[in-house]
Amino acid sequence: MTEVPGTTRRTTLKVLGATLGTAAFARAAAPLTQWSKDLSLDEFLQRHYRELSPDDMKSVLRRMEQETKEEHGVDVTIRDPRPTPGVKFGYALNLSVCIGCRRCAEACHQENNHDRASNNSYIRVLEMTQGSMDMEKGNATYDHPVPAPGHYYMPVQCQQCDNPPCVKVCPVEATWKEQDGIVVVDYNWCIGCRYCEAACPYHARRFNWQAPTIAPEEINPDQGYLSNRLRPKGVMEKCHFCLHRTREGRLPACLEACPTGARVFGNMLDPTSEIRWVLEHKRVFVLKEELGTRPSFFYFFDE
Amino acid sequence: MRITAVPLLSHPRAALLCVCVLACGREEPAARVDVVPAPARFSVEVRAHPNVGRLDSARADVRGGVAGTRCNTCHQAWVPGPMATHTDQLDQFHKDMEFQHGPLGCNACHDDGNREQLRLAGGERIPMADAMRLCAQCHGPQHRDYSRGSHGGMSGYWDLSRGPRVRNHCLNCHDPHVPAWRQVLPAPPPRDRFLTPPAEGAHHD
Repeated sequence: MTEVPGTTRRTTLKVLGATLGTAAFARAAAPLTQWSKDLSLDEFLQRHYRELSPDDMKSVLRRMEQETKEEHGVDVTIRDPRPTPGVKFGYALNLSVCIGCRRCAEACHQENNHDRASNNSYIRVLEMTQGSMDMEKGNATYDHPVPAPGHYYMPVQCQQCDNPPCVKVCPVEATWKEQDGIVVVDYNWCIGCRYCEAACPYHARRFNWQAPTIAPEEINPDQGYLSNRLRPKGVMEKCHFCLHRTREGRLPACLEACPTGARVFGNMLDPTSEIRWVLEHKRVFVLKEELGTRPSFFYFFDE
Repeated sequence: MRITAVPLLSHPRAALLCVCVLACGREEPAARVDVVPAPARFSVEVRAHPNVGRLDSARADVRGGVAGTRCNTCHQAWVPGPMATHTDQLDQFHKDMEFQHGPLGCNACHDDGNREQLRLAGGERIPMADAMRLCAQCHGPQHRDYSRGSHGGMSGYWDLSRGPRVRNHCLNCHDPHVPAWRQVLPAPPPRDRFLTPPAEGAHHD
């Protein structure tokens, strides 16, 4: 048996194996080439929010502004306001004066660049039967003049729990509680498993089934990294107490939109604040207290 | 198990571990300590009602706004006898006015002499723009809640060390003659596929 010098059976098998191996690798890596269309390398390699240095964050924010400009043709400002020491946010809602007009949900929809098609909002206003306190029986899709006789209205949004079940179940730590009490999501770290949505007893989390559709002229250009910047497809989002406004001292959009003044917002550590007066003088309650979530969101009725 | 647990806990390192687990197992937020608020450097302004003290003439002015007529445009020249006590006594002017504010008569609030003024229960005359003082005479709880920031809409800053706040006047929301809130149409409901009830006759497999 004659052999061509240099091509032993061993060499042939090696070459075959290497070819198959390369082909298999190329096949396995193929989705990466497809992702690159809507995922830049910088974005893919971006680290967790809490591992970004101030310089990293600066370049990430500029890159995001650039990407928004390219994709939507809109000049936006994305900032990263941090919690103020000595501030713990609290929110209270007077159910005696809420009329269920949904202006708060509408304001949230516009402020936070929500998907126009689904009319998404971080607030669901529940129409409740008088005498019932079970939020699971509330109707969120009513569409008739309000307030309707025999009903009261209970807007429900993220309760910014001190013991948040949604944070505990996140397998990648893409959501956490900040010093001022706001539970935030890093949209670039979230893998979209929706465990947090299942864990939240208040149905406060929303999933982006698709990239939000929104007309360029309707995009709110005042944006925050952890709040209302345009979210990608496949990530979770939730109410963040408008942190791009509230961390700079402004009132949340839902409060400003409320025509009846049912909403009270402020710093719970400031003994002279409006929210503290409500907590000390009204008979406030929290939703599903028995679960031990310890919300920072309170409800009350006038006496 | 109960037997092994005792010697396990008695071991110093195991006991230390247990203490650590108990201490760290639950994330307790940092102790909440009251803070001294930063001094308020900005003011709270109460938004004036644009048409207070003016009668809606049901016509638009040159800028498209409501053309209001000052009370004394008519009443300075002609003050008809004693003030009517209720709307059914109005036979010439203000005839279409709706009034649903309990058993009050006109002079419960309006000054009989100068129709551009209001009269408090104690007899003090106040300008129309100060109507909140008059409302507060009867609506004590509402006035208390308002002054504590838990009644009435507002906009601006929660933190008055960083910016001003604008608040609604009673009359921005309540018509003094018909103060109860009227029904309004709500903003559109969410089109969330989980919230929409299943269509009639839909099957549940």
